[in-house]
Amino acid sequence: MKNKKSSAPQEAETRPSRCPDNSAFKQQKLPAWKPQLTAASVLSTFFLTGAFCLSVGVSLIVAAKSVREIQVDYSDKCSHCSKLRENSSNWNSECLCSINITLAEDMLGDVFMYYGLQNFYQNHRRYALSRSDEQLLGRNVDVQNSYCAPFATYQNGTPMAPCGAIANSMFNDTIDLFYNFNSSVIQVPLLKTGNSWWTDKNVKFRNPESHNLSAAFAGTARPPYWHKAVYLLDEEDEKNNGYINDDFIIWMRVSAFATFRNLYRRISRKGQFTDGLPAGNYTFHISYNFPVSKFKGKKYVILSTMVWSGGSNPFLGIAYLGASQWIVQLVFILRSQW
Amino acid sequence: MTVPREMPEKWPRVRGPGGAEEERRVRANAREYNEKFQYASNCIKTSKYNIVTFLPVNLFEQFQEVANTYFLFLLILQLIPQISSLSWFTTIVPLVLVLTITAVKDATDDYFRHKSDNQVNNRQSQVLIGGVLRQEQWMNVRVGDIIKLENNQFVAADLLLLCSSEPHGLCYVETAELDGETNMKVRQATPVTSELADISTLARFDGEVICEPPNNKLDKFGGTLYWKENKFPLSNQNMLLRGCVLRNTEWCFGLVVFAGPDTKLMQNSGRTKFKRTSIDRLMNTLVLWIFGFLVCMGVILAIGNAIWEHEVGVCFQIYLPWDEGVHSAVFSGFLSFWSYIIILNTVVPISLYVSVEVIRLGHSYFINWDKKMYCAKRRTPAEARTTTLNEELGQVEYIFSDKTGTLTQNIMVFSKCSVNGHSYGDVQDVLGHNVELGERPEPVDFSFNPLADPGFQFWDPSLLEAVQLGDPHVHEFFRLLSLCHTVMSEEKSEGELYYKAQSPDEGALVTAARNFGFVFRSRTPKTITVHELGRAITYQLLAILDFNNIRKRMSVIVRSPEGKIRLYCKGADTILLERLHPSNQDLTNVTTDHLNEYAGEGLRTLVLACKDLEESYYEDWAERLRRASGAPEAREDRLARLYDEVERDMTLLGATAIEDKLQQGVPETIAILTLANIKIWVLTGDKQAPGSPCAETAVNIGYSCKMLTDDMTEVFVVTGHTVLEVREELRKAREKMMDGSRSMGNGFSYQEKLSSSKLTSVLEAIAGEYALVINGHSLAHALEADMEVEFLETACACKAVICCRVTPLQKAQVVELVKKYKKAVTLAIGDGANDVSMIKTAHIGVGISGQEGIQAVLASDYSFSQFKFLQRLLLVHGRWSYLRMCKFLCYFFYKNFAFTMVHFWFGFFCGFSAQTVYDQYFITLYNIVYTSLPVLAMGVFDQDVPEQRSMEYPKLYEPGQLNLLFNKREFFICIAQGIYTSVLMFFIPYGVFADATRDDGAQLADYQSFAVTVATSLVIVVSVQIGLDTGFWTAINHFFIWGSLAAYFAILFAMHSDGLFQMFPNQFRFVGNAQNTLAQPTVWLTIALTTVVCIMPVVAFRFLKLDLKPELSDTVRYTQLVRKKQKPQHRCARRGGCGGGSRRSGYAFSHQEGFGELIMSGKNMRLSSLALSGFTARPGAAWIETLRRKKGGESSPDTAAKG
Repeated sequence: MKNKKSSAPQEAETRPSRCPDNSAFKQQKLPAWKPQLTAASVLSTFFLTGAFCLSVGVSLIVAAKSVREIQVDYSDKCSHCSKLRENSSNWNSECLCSINITLAEDMLGDVFMYYGLQNFYQNHRRYALSRSDEQLLGRNVDVQNSYCAPFATYQNGTPMAPCGAIANSMFNDTIDLFYNFNSSVIQVPLLKTGNSWWTDKNVKFRNPESHNLSAAFAGTARPPYWHKAVYLLDEEDEKNNGYINDDFIIWMRVSAFATFRNLYRRISRKGQFTDGLPAGNYTFHISYNFPVSKFKGKKYVILSTMVWSGGSNPFLGIAYLGASQWIVQLVFILRSQW
Repeated sequence: MTVPREMPEKWPRVRGPGGAEEERRVRANAREYNEKFQYASNCIKTSKYNIVTFLPVNLFEQFQEVANTYFLFLLILQLIPQISSLSWFTTIVPLVLVLTITAVKDATDDYFRHKSDNQVNNRQSQVLIGGVLRQEQWMNVRVGDIIKLENNQFVAADLLLLCSSEPHGLCYVETAELDGETNMKVRQATPVTSELADISTLARFDGEVICEPPNNKLDKFGGTLYWKENKFPLSNQNMLLRGCVLRNTEWCFGLVVFAGPDTKLMQNSGRTKFKRTSIDRLMNTLVLWIFGFLVCMGVILAIGNAIWEHEVGVCFQIYLPWDEGVHSAVFSGFLSFWSYIIILNTVVPISLYVSVEVIRLGHSYFINWDKKMYCAKRRTPAEARTTTLNEELGQVEYIFSDKTGTLTQNIMVFSKCSVNGHSYGDVQDVLGHNVELGERPEPVDFSFNPLADPGFQFWDPSLLEAVQLGDPHVHEFFRLLSLCHTVMSEEKSEGELYYKAQSPDEGALVTAARNFGFVFRSRTPKTITVHELGRAITYQLLAILDFNNIRKRMSVIVRSPEGKIRLYCKGADTILLERLHPSNQDLTNVTTDHLNEYAGEGLRTLVLACKDLEESYYEDWAERLRRASGAPEAREDRLARLYDEVERDMTLLGATAIEDKLQQGVPETIAILTLANIKIWVLTGDKQAPGSPCAETAVNIGYSCKMLTDDMTEVFVVTGHTVLEVREELRKAREKMMDGSRSMGNGFSYQEKLSSSKLTSVLEAIAGEYALVINGHSLAHALEADMEVEFLETACACKAVICCRVTPLQKAQVVELVKKYKKAVTLAIGDGANDVSMIKTAHIGVGISGQEGIQAVLASDYSFSQFKFLQRLLLVHGRWSYLRMCKFLCYFFYKNFAFTMVHFWFGFFCGFSAQTVYDQYFITLYNIVYTSLPVLAMGVFDQDVPEQRSMEYPKLYEPGQLNLLFNKREFFICIAQGIYTSVLMFFIPYGVFADATRDDGAQLADYQSFAVTVATSLVIVVSVQIGLDTGFWTAINHFFIWGSLAAYFAILFAMHSDGLFQMFPNQFRFVGNAQNTLAQPTVWLTIALTTVVCIMPVVAFRFLKLDLKPELSDTVRYTQLVRKKQKPQHRCARRGGCGGGSRRSGYAFSHQEGFGELIMSGKNMRLSSLALSGFTARPGAAWIETLRRKKGGESSPDTAAKG
């Protein structure tokens, strides 16, 4: 007992205070905002959100309605070519196909030409992986060690340029559009550059450095399904040749789903086509190279105009309208309870 | 005691076949001899690692965790190229992070263990080596060494006491650290060694001890000392155990028998078993379910893959041939199963466990930091010793509390007395109310008395006035208190008196007499010297009629200096009031009223009486007593009869009331906890008064701490000694409870319910409040297998349960019983070593710290120094912890399901090829960077109602007890919400991207844009969701939530930047994606729509729930009016309740029997105190001379100097 008494003051001197700090943090008294779900705040939030959804929905639908779009399934219409392509031994024989369409109304503004593919699984894991971005950046790489297999090298060891399943399966139909104007046929001028993303064209894809392109790709071979080497993709335009060919770049940006459309050409607005495509009869001249019937796919050619929300895309507008509808219903439920 | 030496046969071999020690041989002063047995040294080691072993051992331990091994397995899967759908780093980064955090925590823990080990190992002790005393560190003490201990030193190892400064080799120890008992214990050296009082003889001592191997039995020791061809039996009485403190003994020498880990203290501190919370167990179950779900999804997708490859993939082979080695769609499906397991593994998030640990750690720190749980007096903050149980604090249903030291302070205070029909001690303020402690007026001033104890306080001045006015009754009253006791006094210097009382009650009484001017100064075996109002008077002590539990009283017979012989008696009222002279009837009635009043306040009462004895009668009686005590048989009975004869027809002097001081705030705490629907059971060891039905003291405490109230319909007391009696008593109690509820007639037909055979249901419907008091004997029967359920049902139907005189084992059994049948969370709180078992058994153990014993604290999960902090621990910290943990888990499962299930839906659109929706970096960082901190901040800081409210509305605690906030149902709701979110997260972008183009006509529906869109909307949706969940936005929450969003975009743009791509083109393929995709209004509209449709229903649902079925916490939080409501009245001042006799204390002295005899023999008198008492003692007392001679013969240098 006595010992305890005498040692207590001693301890007080030697031991630092063990009393916890009186800070707001340690005492869990930090100033804080305590949001509350009150009727006023909840209902007004719902109201505002509903109004927002409604207005966005309406404007999206209005915008989508103003888009003109024409879609033609040419794998059906060019069934003779489809049949030919089913047999892979005919790969080298050319097949041409013409399809007539009629534009009832003018397509004003910028008009874009897409090719669409259905049931083509660009988003398959093994497919999407089968590329070498390093090679496409113009670097000298050993594609053997990339994910390109089995489209990496030929039996004799010659590397494919570009390697991989994506590149190998590149869409290689050529589509031309002719305007049948007063019994004369005018070819619609098409732009084949400026269709890809700027970053892709200028950052992601680079040709190997060399004095000329064919030298740059010396020692490599074209992918097995290709008709011509990569440095011959666009012989007219040096800036659209090799890896930095727009068609190639666009193809290499794999799609999210098995049905997709890729931008093929833009209508060059000059001459008669300054305001877009006038109404009338048109003909697509298609060199049919890309087989789709083997995997029960379809090919489309699409002409479309653009608005701020992109092309014809009714889904988002309808979804917004639906959401606003739904929110209004929730508000009514809440109101009735309140 | 000496027997011829022979070879012991009991322990034939030193080492058993398995290397286990079978016996121990220790020879004093012979290190070489002892070394060959390789006994453990006195160095203790509680740490687990050292610098070299840390990494391998820690990693090994960590990979024993199923979760970690699972992720290691995933990692290996990811290294197989055919199935690796994700890069290896998506798993290894989180895994390494988790392992590192855990390792750092383990390392810190171990560092502190190292530190405390070092501190203990480096304590100094004096070791006799080569004939000289040397200072050695504890760790260098060896078995067989002789060490010297001084007063107030800790005992360094388990020692055989050889000799001490006290006569007869006695030595006093305090065993608080070992068994929690604060009273002192006497240890005695064997007579043969107690004479070895100087160093040279000790250095020559070569006795050999052969004894039992190390064990953890604190109260048993068996061994033999072989010395000089003789053998002497040794018992626990000869042992000083490590952890004890030497008290009131100048010095002593001991032989080290067990050292370090072999000591009983260390053997007792076994590694505590790892406790898991119910949420932990639930979480493990859920993780298993999720795992099952994961396998199911994997199987579905694998089947899908096989079908797809068979139907579609086969045709698509021209563009995408199958991998080498894959020849059939089925095999491809098999591979894709593993690929999907890898992708979908994020539903079992690796960061779950580590986040839970971090949150718990945070909560533990909040407990440690809580200023309101800091006891300034004892300078001890609350401490969370286990960091893994916090949320369970919010679910406690049963509290098992020790009494002494936990509810009470184990300080007895002389609080009231009744002398000659007048009651003293009530303090009333101006309004006539009883005043609370701390608001009292000035205490009585005892400065007139130089010998007064300054620590004593009394508030009623009228008693002192009565003393000073010379009221003969009052004088006789205090004279009795100063004479009739077995207290020893010690006077270090003139006037500085210290009392060594065997029981705190007695100490309080003698101290009271001391302050009122009747100072017990000193005693010898035959005299008692008292300063009566400044006058030294020596009474001749003729006899001490000692206390025992049957008599429940003690008396002394003294001869005053005038020669009158008087018997003073004090004892339990029930006993004494029967032994009074009939002429006292009137006074008895008044005093009985007073006693009832005292008992009603929970005070421990005692009646005092005296009697004059005729000289001739006494001579005759004393002669008979002498003969009786010399009698060979039936000595006890004959003595008892003689005592009984003389303690009759006494005159009543008065009654005392001692307050067993409660800890601060105990009644309030119990009241609040009861309101929070927590059932409190008091399990008291009550070591005082063994062998008597002493339920009364515990009941007193029950009343004084408001566990029992007068409003209670009935308090059942079970005291049966046989199985049948106990069963009968329990049955009756149940019947009464049911009768009571039937008479309430609240519409239920109990007969019907009875027929449904389940007793519990009946008992739950009990109306009225009941309490159960059961004592140790009955409890032993009640805990037998065939009766335990019956007992439990009865006990649980009662509001309060008090079990008295239960052994530590029984305490644990009671806790175990409730754990087993009630499936409720239990909490045990105690301060002593006798509570250790129950602290370890209960889900949560709380130790009261700051007292001398630390065993309970060491075994506990939480410790603080005041019982009242329990309410804060449970109602504030526990409640918050539970709430936060539940919210955390709900959100965590939600966000991972929302994140992962998107892959499942995408599987149907990508040919089940295990293509991920997101960029692999997003998958890596989602759980550890983008979404971890906001939810951690919520898990650590969230508060639903301010802390004061949870005290004011204890009902707020109920959701935790009923486990409402996170259970399987809540889990499925979270999962459903997660899946709902994932569906929208996938299908809205799908709808948009099906044929979307950018506003400049370029493609938008590419895989990378889709990935960025989904990832961004996911991060935004889960951030909004955490914002909704967070109820308490501190600056930290703001920082983390906004910071996470900002970090997402910053990292996104960095990952998609040109620079990184130029460096690692194959790794950062998303170059330019962020700026291209996020520049599109369509993308943002998609994100906005996703967010709106994911969040709005949640808001609506929450609001409806709030409106239609508000929780109490919602009401408290939202209704401002609530503040104005009056606080519930915790303090219902119980004044002067008319307690029944059952409540009155059958006062039992809390001390051991036999001290009277020890005093009369003079065995425990120290020469110093004898010498001091000499100046008042009558000269020529022969016994002093004898003792002096005896002492002189032993001639210990120390005592000689003193003497």
